[in-house]
Amino acid sequence: MTPTELFSLPFMQRALIAAVFTGLAAPAVGTYLVQRRLALMGDGLGHVAVTGVALGLLTGTSPTWTAVIVAVLGAALIELIRERGHANGDVALALLFYGGLAGGVLLTGLSGQSATHLQEYLFGSITTIAISDVVVTMVLAAVVIAVGVGLAPQLFAVAQDQEFAKVSGLNVRAYNLLVAVLAAVSVTVAMRTVGLLLVSALMVVPVATSQQLARSFRTTLLGAMVLGTFASLGGLVISAFASFKATVAPGPTIVLLALACFAVTWPIGTLLRRRRRLATPFPVDPEAPPLHEACDDDHQEHHHGPHCGHLAVEHGDHVDYVHDGHRHAVHVDQTGAPHYDEH
Amino acid sequence: MSVNTAPAAPAAPPAPPVALSGGVVAIAGRPILRGINLTVEAGEFVALMGANGSGKSTLVRALTGLRPLAGGHLELFGTPFDDFEDWQRVGFVPQRAGATAGVPASVWEVVASGRLTHRRLFRPLGRADRAAIDDALEVVGLADRAHEGVANLSGGQQQRTLIARALAGEPELFFLDEPTAGVDLPNQYALADALARLKARGATIVLVAHELGPLEPLVDRAVVMRDGRVVYDGSPLAQTEVHQVHAAHHGPEDGLVDHAPQVSAPFDAGRED
Repeated sequence: MTPTELFSLPFMQRALIAAVFTGLAAPAVGTYLVQRRLALMGDGLGHVAVTGVALGLLTGTSPTWTAVIVAVLGAALIELIRERGHANGDVALALLFYGGLAGGVLLTGLSGQSATHLQEYLFGSITTIAISDVVVTMVLAAVVIAVGVGLAPQLFAVAQDQEFAKVSGLNVRAYNLLVAVLAAVSVTVAMRTVGLLLVSALMVVPVATSQQLARSFRTTLLGAMVLGTFASLGGLVISAFASFKATVAPGPTIVLLALACFAVTWPIGTLLRRRRRLATPFPVDPEAPPLHEACDDDHQEHHHGPHCGHLAVEHGDHVDYVHDGHRHAVHVDQTGAPHYDEH
Repeated sequence: MSVNTAPAAPAAPPAPPVALSGGVVAIAGRPILRGINLTVEAGEFVALMGANGSGKSTLVRALTGLRPLAGGHLELFGTPFDDFEDWQRVGFVPQRAGATAGVPASVWEVVASGRLTHRRLFRPLGRADRAAIDDALEVVGLADRAHEGVANLSGGQQQRTLIARALAGEPELFFLDEPTAGVDLPNQYALADALARLKARGATIVLVAHELGPLEPLVDRAVVMRDGRVVYDGSPLAQTEVHQVHAAHHGPEDGLVDHAPQVSAPFDAGRED
């Protein structure tokens, strides 16, 4: 089968549309979760949503909608617990997560459905997605993206510093709840793409990748959305071509591709951060007299300069050259002969 | 002699920015601040001083509404606190722990979030907003670092970023919680410089400080707290005198007082620090 034939198949086109919308929406919310150091919240909501899916299977209604409802309720509960008791919040969250997963598996058994049916939701099955599901995915994802990007100034302020946001007159509780609900909705959006157990990866890994190189929130958010789309589209295409040779599931391929992007950018980010840290200017003490202690070592052979290879760091009105534990500043004495002061 | 010089009705003096009477703050059901009376007049630079655990930060948190009052009456700009909506007039500078979060943010972005009190939902920044942000960055001396990540700045520069964030909202009243704590001396001077410029513009400033350092010449009035009560309110004291005020009333300082013992289970409300 040629690539053109593959992409002209209706199920593949539906899968591609779902992948694009999921890839854009999940990191948009994930950025706010990571900013608030709640990276695992998506994972927890995924566990809670399992109960929702099982409820849908048990009652014969659409598992997508029951998952949305249960995940939103779970998100509100998590937010309430987080707000009420900060000390042991993580333990309380863990109780909810495992309750959700256990409840889901139990209910699926009661409904008489086979475990394979639940597995479609646990690990995703983007290529079996129906038209109605694609429409729901598109609408929900569009809402998540519009709110996540449109309310970015407010959501940023609340996630960055809740107390400041509160004194600015923002309704912090409402915004926190909004982020939790958006997270719950994007969990169910991504459910068919990567599955409930891997959903958090698509929310968090592109953000972690993006922030390796970004210095601002805006770049991180937009970069994460681009990376998320790249990973979900790329993973889908890779798995589609690979399935001619072996059984390759799209969900795990998408997540592994996102992780591969992180593995590539991480060393670059580490290097950039190290260089920035080294080049931070040394502070100047306005009360201390300037130091004029000449360096004892002989430096006849070496002249510090912009291209001497030593790290040059700003220090007030001059530059210190750093080498072997010394900070050397050029000083010209009365005789006009330059030497190096120890700073 | 003409008689058309009828005495004009004296203009009512503007309401003080902060007026707290009989303030009580309870943490976990235990009264921590008791009987606090504090009125701050427009344009005053007030330093709240005292040892760790004396309640000075708690008082600022009560004045900004972050910690509810268990008793007493608080008015901001003449409006009872519960009806106060005019948050544009108040700027809050928390301790600098709040400067960084899990995602990088540039100095400009953090300062821009101080402009939210003037912005409507789903609207981009206007020209006045950008001018206020640039001005705030200029006052604290960080205009050249606007596009750096906040996490890459030193502690003192982060603290100045938070001051610029409050300043961007163009408030009349500033609350600063320990702006000099853990800040190196060069940055303390830069901080004092920024606060001096705010004071010159006529801002009212309430500042929590353990030690004043370079801020000392700016302070108009010192309020010294001890064990949740105001023990001194008047002209600024030298640091040694602050300790004498403590000692005269209560003996030597014995470190942090742990007011609320921690006992909790997973779903209990945790101790709110």
